[in-house]
Amino acid sequence: MIEVKNIEKSFGDTKVLKGITTTFETGKTNLIIGQSGSGKTVLLKSLLGIHTPEVGTISFDGRIYSELTDDEKRDLRTEIGMVFQGSALFDSMTVEENVGFPLKMFSKKTPTEIKERVNLVIARVNLIDSNHKKPSELSGGMQKRVAIARAIVNNPKYLFCDEPNSGLDPNTAIVIDNLIKEITEEYNITTVINTHDMNSVMEIGEKIIFLKNGLLAWEGSKKNIFKTDNEAVTSFVYSSNLFKKIRKAQNKEV
Amino acid sequence: MMLIRYLSQIGKYFLMLKEVFNKPTKWSVMRGLIFKEIDDLIIDSLGIVAFISFFVGGVVAIQTALNLTNPLIPKYLIGFATRQSVILEFAPTFISIIMAGKMGSFITSSIGTMRVTEQIDALEVMGVNSLNYLVFPKIIALLLYPFLIGISMFLGILGGWMAGVYGGFTSSTDFTQGLQTEFIPFHIAYAFIKTLLFALILATIPSFHGYYMKGGALEVGKASTVSFVWTSVVIILTNYILTQLLLT
Repeated sequence: MIEVKNIEKSFGDTKVLKGITTTFETGKTNLIIGQSGSGKTVLLKSLLGIHTPEVGTISFDGRIYSELTDDEKRDLRTEIGMVFQGSALFDSMTVEENVGFPLKMFSKKTPTEIKERVNLVIARVNLIDSNHKKPSELSGGMQKRVAIARAIVNNPKYLFCDEPNSGLDPNTAIVIDNLIKEITEEYNITTVINTHDMNSVMEIGEKIIFLKNGLLAWEGSKKNIFKTDNEAVTSFVYSSNLFKKIRKAQNKEV
Repeated sequence: MMLIRYLSQIGKYFLMLKEVFNKPTKWSVMRGLIFKEIDDLIIDSLGIVAFISFFVGGVVAIQTALNLTNPLIPKYLIGFATRQSVILEFAPTFISIIMAGKMGSFITSSIGTMRVTEQIDALEVMGVNSLNYLVFPKIIALLLYPFLIGISMFLGILGGWMAGVYGGFTSSTDFTQGLQTEFIPFHIAYAFIKTLLFALILATIPSFHGYYMKGGALEVGKASTVSFVWTSVVIILTNYILTQLLLT
């Protein structure tokens, strides 16, 4: 479980995160949603240690990040898997090398053991006959699968995904969403997903936090996101034409 | 204001150098990276260095011959002038300026692209010291840079000899005599001391510009240009300081 207590982060005079307190639960897909500029990415990067909040604490299963030594922080990072928005695969490496990279860097496994584990994970994300291809030879969806495989190869305790289905067609987006959800349950990891895609919310959102102007405006589950009377949430949810139509249909039924 | 910005950049550069030698990457991984950098930076530069050195050596010999119009000036001076020009300045300094364009833009654009596509963030999130992973192998690979400059010296003088002899400007005996006249072995040491410092500059300044670049694809191109300008400026300044220190 990741606990965030009252974190604040500013860039120059602009306060981007304004005292956020929440928890991200283990074995669940926790979604951070909100409009562009609401502070989602800054919150995710603060959780990853890329940004350091000026105020507040972030703790990973009781370990407060800001109180850890450099070595402890480094160890903690080996427990984190990250899927970047643009996949961030290493261009010069093949799929196999990309996926095996964290093992090669941090595990004491032999090359044969690494290969076995890599093949297992590549099979898990349903990538077939792609081991020796370079990222530039793969489609966007396949690159996302490789990124997920690389993120989970070292058995992480925490999985972070930044807009995992941006730039993907709706079918592939659903496949990627479901893959993340399955992996979260299968490996019992704490997954935090940053998204503004309502389809993802409907597909995999178990715990949802909604940010607006750097504030936590609402939190709950996908079941009650449609029942809330929080204006900011409803205007975000029904900004999509599809959801507007669903609401109209529901109103007619009533 | 501009001065403060420059000083802050210089400070940031030295802090980067410190970080490069922190938290080293596993040797089994680093070894592969070093060999890859030797291939990309040294072996891939052999062709262009050989080509430029051979023909510029030839031009130096011809220009010297054409300017020796006084019959009292001995012909062996062509070999002497070629040797001095090639060993003292052309091979170490001007090849390094050319390499600031070739190697430097390669280093800046490859690291800059990694920054833009979040590959550097990916390394950091995994707990890898990205500066050590990316820059240290380049520094080690460029320890072989004097080898490249040695080849440039040899081919420059060979080019001069061929242009002088086969162009009918001097005889092989005169040219060889010129090469041996007043030869000071320390000049070779001076050239290689310069080369080693230039190697460090070539590895680190383009890396600095790539690593700390901000923006998108367009900025990668801009960073490469800025990196070339600053690498050249620092090489020229270092060359001046070292010449003043070592030869006077």
